[in-house]
Amino acid sequence: MALTRADVAKVAYLARLRLEPEELERFTGQLNAIVEFVAQLQELDTTGVEPLAHGIEVRNVFREDEREPALDREEALANAPRRNDEAFLVPVVLE
Amino acid sequence: MDYTLIIGLEIHVQLQTESKMFSASGTDFGLPPNTQTDPVSLGLPGTLPVMNRRAFELALKTAVALNAEIAPFTKWDRKNYYYPDLPKNYQISQYDLPFSRGGWLEVPPRKDGTGGGRCRLVRVHLEEDTGKLIHGNGGWSEVDLNRAGIPLLEIVTEPDLRSAQDARACLEELRLTLRYLGVSDCEMQEGSLRCDANVNIHIEREGKTIATPIVEIKNLNSFRSVERAIEYEGQRQYRAWLADGLTIKDAPKQTRGWDDEEGVTKPQREKETAADYRYFPEPDLVPVVVDAAWLERVRGSIGELPRARRERFEREHQLSAYDAGVLVEQGKEVADYYEAVGEALLARDGSAPGEVRKLAANWVTQDVLRIAKERKLEIGQFPVAAEVLAELLHRVRTRQVNTNQGREILSKLVEGEGTLEAIIAAGGYGMVTDRGALAKTIEEILAANPKALEDLKNGKKKPEAVKGWLRGQVMKATGGKADAVLVGELLEARLASEPGGSG
Repeated sequence: MALTRADVAKVAYLARLRLEPEELERFTGQLNAIVEFVAQLQELDTTGVEPLAHGIEVRNVFREDEREPALDREEALANAPRRNDEAFLVPVVLE
Repeated sequence: MDYTLIIGLEIHVQLQTESKMFSASGTDFGLPPNTQTDPVSLGLPGTLPVMNRRAFELALKTAVALNAEIAPFTKWDRKNYYYPDLPKNYQISQYDLPFSRGGWLEVPPRKDGTGGGRCRLVRVHLEEDTGKLIHGNGGWSEVDLNRAGIPLLEIVTEPDLRSAQDARACLEELRLTLRYLGVSDCEMQEGSLRCDANVNIHIEREGKTIATPIVEIKNLNSFRSVERAIEYEGQRQYRAWLADGLTIKDAPKQTRGWDDEEGVTKPQREKETAADYRYFPEPDLVPVVVDAAWLERVRGSIGELPRARRERFEREHQLSAYDAGVLVEQGKEVADYYEAVGEALLARDGSAPGEVRKLAANWVTQDVLRIAKERKLEIGQFPVAAEVLAELLHRVRTRQVNTNQGREILSKLVEGEGTLEAIIAAGGYGMVTDRGALAKTIEEILAANPKALEDLKNGKKKPEAVKGWLRGQVMKATGGKADAVLVGELLEARLASEPGGSG
């Protein structure tokens, strides 16, 4: 079940990547090579093996519900590509 | 119009915690933009989320109270999407192993006894809230991340609701239940309770049921708008079906937004491509295992829920369904207050408990709630303690003061004019219960107003009307202090001896 160019174009769209036609071609080949490599795992017989939800065997790591001071707004907004006095600014996007 | 509404709700509830789901900044509403953030909720590189224990426990408590099945093992997933309301570009949520499944909520019937019934739940899961976008002018939107990361419960119902009123009642009962549990303040205006409705209609035609395309209604900002929007949407879908004949098989689910001012739903722009969230397990958080002991502790913390309380008030206190409903739906504090008044009254005189509860219920639902509403007070701030109201009602009950005097005394207590004793002493309250004196007053009034008995005799007025008028006169003559019950008895006896006075 090889990935088509359309599949790769969709994945690129979902990741908000703009690919040139040449890149789309190249990445389709590369992605297929990766998927094929990983597909070797399917040769394993996993009958009776529980799906793994997490890589480590630790459970129930909680913190207590305690409040700490918030970041200063100037600090919070410091890395914003665009901002005003109180908020991040982003191009208008409709949901 | 012969159709049935089919409604399911998708409800989001902010949990009442001190800190966020996965980080330690606060959860307050109404702060200046971006003053309640931290590196985790800003999605800064290198930060890691850590679960808030209380948030998880509140979620468990809610699900158990909603009769859901709690998963012994649950994990977190990333829901990936690009929208600036979450700077990580994913929301931490639950996908295939939510912490609970199923459950139900019993929707109380309407006051006229119709509607209501069990609304099943699909699931309840926990996630983080998103930030808020304020769409501005000039092609830029402001992003406020104060809300980002607040623990959020998503509750999805089965499409079990069959009317707009039931949908509203379901949401109201859910709010009441969550407030009883103390898991959320559920303020729709502040967004701590949010609701979308999935609606279509079933039309019966020639023995067949036709289902219209499903519409998800968004932008429902009040209980009233939930009811209005669903009612409108049903009618709109019926008209649309008459015009285009499209059924659920012909069209995908659409999204419409409720416009409260115009009272209509309007189509919202559809996404260009179908949502594809590419969920995968969140590697930064470990799973949660809920064992029997933990679950037992949660179960033990739930306490009496609104539905059980209504039933107890009806069964044990012999209140009407209406009174029980009013007391309980006003919130836990009001029902607690009523119970405290009743208990304190019974401690003074334990006879006729049904009557005592009814007296307490009447005063709380009528006088106390009216005064609290007029003065915009929560019951917790009501200036008259349950114990004091009970003492006042005890005097009404033992006919030391009459009902009208009792009301007057209550408003003076509310005004802070002094203690109950002081007010009664200063106001000269106390009933005229001297049978002979009252009988004499009645005779004097009859002598001064011969027309009253004439009207009775020639049937111009009904005995009840004459009695009512006379009762008023007796009250006036005694400065409102006559024992109303005794006056009633005396008038009854006196008029029965007059022509036209019986019956």
